[in-house]
Amino acid sequence: MATLSQPATRGTAGSHDRAVIRVEDVHKYYDLGETRVHALRGVSVAIERGEFVAIMGASGSGKSTFMNIMGCLDKPTSGRYLLEEIEVSGLTKKELAAIRNRKIGFVFQGFNLLSRTTAQENVELPTLYAQISKEEGQKRAKDALELVGLGDRMLHFPSQLSGGQQQRVAIARALVNQPSILLADEPTGNLDSRTSVEIMEVFQKLNDDGLTIVLVTHEGDVAQFAKRSIQFRDGTIRRDEAIQNRPVASEVLKNLPTLED
Amino acid sequence: MDVLAIIRIAMRALARNKLRSSLTMLGIIIGVGAVIAMVSVGQGAQQQAQQQIAAMGSNMLFVGSGTVTRGGMRMGWGATKTLIYDDMVAIQRECPAVSAAAPGSQSSAQVVFENDNWATQLSGTEPQYFSIRTWLFQEGASFSQDDVETAANVAVIGETVRKNLFGATDPIGETVRINNLPFKVVGVLAAKGTSAAMGNDQDDIIIVPITTLQKKITGQNWLRWIVVSAVSREASYTAQQQITALLRDRHRIRSGQDDDFMVRNLADMADLADQQAQLFTVLLASIASISLLVGGIGIMNIMLVSVTERTREIGIRMAIGATEVDVQQQFLIEAVVLSLVGGAIGIAFGLAASYVITQTLQWPVLVSPAAILAAVVFSMAVGIFFGFYPARKAARLDPIEALRYE
Ligand SMILES: Nc1ncnc2c1ncn2[C@@H]1O[C@H](COP(=O)(O)OP(=O)(O)OP(=O)(O)O)[C@@H](O)[C@H]1O
Ligand SMILES: [Mg+2]
Repeated sequence: MATLSQPATRGTAGSHDRAVIRVEDVHKYYDLGETRVHALRGVSVAIERGEFVAIMGASGSGKSTFMNIMGCLDKPTSGRYLLEEIEVSGLTKKELAAIRNRKIGFVFQGFNLLSRTTAQENVELPTLYAQISKEEGQKRAKDALELVGLGDRMLHFPSQLSGGQQQRVAIARALVNQPSILLADEPTGNLDSRTSVEIMEVFQKLNDDGLTIVLVTHEGDVAQFAKRSIQFRDGTIRRDEAIQNRPVASEVLKNLPTLED
Repeated sequence: MDVLAIIRIAMRALARNKLRSSLTMLGIIIGVGAVIAMVSVGQGAQQQAQQQIAAMGSNMLFVGSGTVTRGGMRMGWGATKTLIYDDMVAIQRECPAVSAAAPGSQSSAQVVFENDNWATQLSGTEPQYFSIRTWLFQEGASFSQDDVETAANVAVIGETVRKNLFGATDPIGETVRINNLPFKVVGVLAAKGTSAAMGNDQDDIIIVPITTLQKKITGQNWLRWIVVSAVSREASYTAQQQITALLRDRHRIRSGQDDDFMVRNLADMADLADQQAQLFTVLLASIASISLLVGGIGIMNIMLVSVTERTREIGIRMAIGATEVDVQQQFLIEAVVLSLVGGAIGIAFGLAASYVITQTLQWPVLVSPAAILAAVVFSMAVGIFFGFYPARKAARLDPIEALRYE
């Protein structure tokens, strides 16, 4: 899939002052004692408010590394990362925690749910660290679970849920504090095509309401629902283009057979 | 994050590892239990000592043959041989503030009745000793002044001696052999119990006329002590001064020289007993605190294990917005909950233990609210102190490293 074409100019590039995420020449090395893995080799990108970006690329191309940096979980070895035009490297740990809690919703590639904690409580977790009353937190958790179609599994433990259901709990948790940016690392990796489209329907709706979304996916079908696609290869961006003829997930769903049939 | 929510989370985390949590608490339970029990016992001892001293009669004074310094060594009381019977007579006759006095001498003795024998303390005195000490008889009566004059072989026995030698037999009129001499038992003293101040059994005693003891058993003619009764409670200080002046004069002690005797009034003795009981309490409590310390180390150990085990959980919490303070609080509160619950159970155990101990020693049970409060505060402090390092370790984790931890 990787063509050595020139990085394409982005459809939405231009007005730099509106970028919520701006990454400039970011490098990331992983030190493994003897060897050094160069996971990101000079990545530059600007993402504006209201964008819906799909990141694609081969396994090991640095997608998760990039997401972790954008999610303020990890720090670049060199280069700059500006979130809403604020240099992230200058923020305190407390400020970073607040950003992870309220500004950014993160869906991990490996879900990262708390075991022996119900779906409801897992989703509630971010509200505990925000200045939100318990009742409000519970209500929001319930709403978020219903949004991802898990309203009937609230009291189940992760071990009692399927991979896809766990993934949806992770999405609900990322949305519960009503962030302005959603970073999702393979949110549909474990889902069948119908459920994937259902999730994309949710994402499209949230995006229409103004949520900025960056999602990583291996599936071209899923990426099609985004507005822009970025192709990673060996730690660099190989292609960055606007998506043409973007399908509307709710329309696609009407034509898909339901699983029960 | 509000404290109640954190407490709920802590409770849940602890409930997940019930066996481990209870074993960890066991250290604190034993520690707090021991402190409570020991402080209660110590305070019971103090109370008991006060009661016993009060029961001696509030106007009693005690004259002991004194300390002497020999080659730089200060010997205990009873080391001098200068206190004699005539001193007692003189105190009675020449000190206006004194109403009565009784001499005393003592030795140890092997007492035999039929096939039983018992090693006990043997005291020699005169009949007024019992009234000065307000020591009553449960059976029979004291030997008489006549018995003293004739150095008769008669004896009064304490409750412990009666129990061990006679059992169900009535001792009055029976003959016991003391150091192989036959003595007729004429009286049994009322039980006084264990002396809380000295820790010895006051009923483990046999008392004979002083003349009999001196002439037939020890062969010594000096006294170990004289008990004195002042005319009134207020007069006891005057009596003390009069006795001191009199004995210094009689023993030809020049001014500037130390007394070769000592006079203690009841207030002094109460103070002394108090001091001793307090020392006893502190000693017991400090021994008990060591187990609390060990319990605290147990908490630290488990919290460290727990932090390592839950590294991923910490990573997740931080990734979704928990601050260092949040994580630190969570683990700190977990440690405090452990130690507080352990402390509460420990208090219950400590109270039960102190009840059993004081019942056995027949001391008053003293539940000290201060000790309980101290135990609560202390166990909380233990939790905070020993939970702090593991909690800090958890809070210092890097979120991404913690998330990758397997
Ligand atoms: N913690 C780490 N320590 C060392 N090397 C790492 C670490 N995380 C990632 N890498 C390396 O960095 C490179 C990029 O990894 P990354 O996880 O970003 O890939 P990815 O594009 O997300 O792959 P996938 O599609 O399989 O999830 C890989 O070569 C990987 O081996
Ligand atoms: Mg990845």
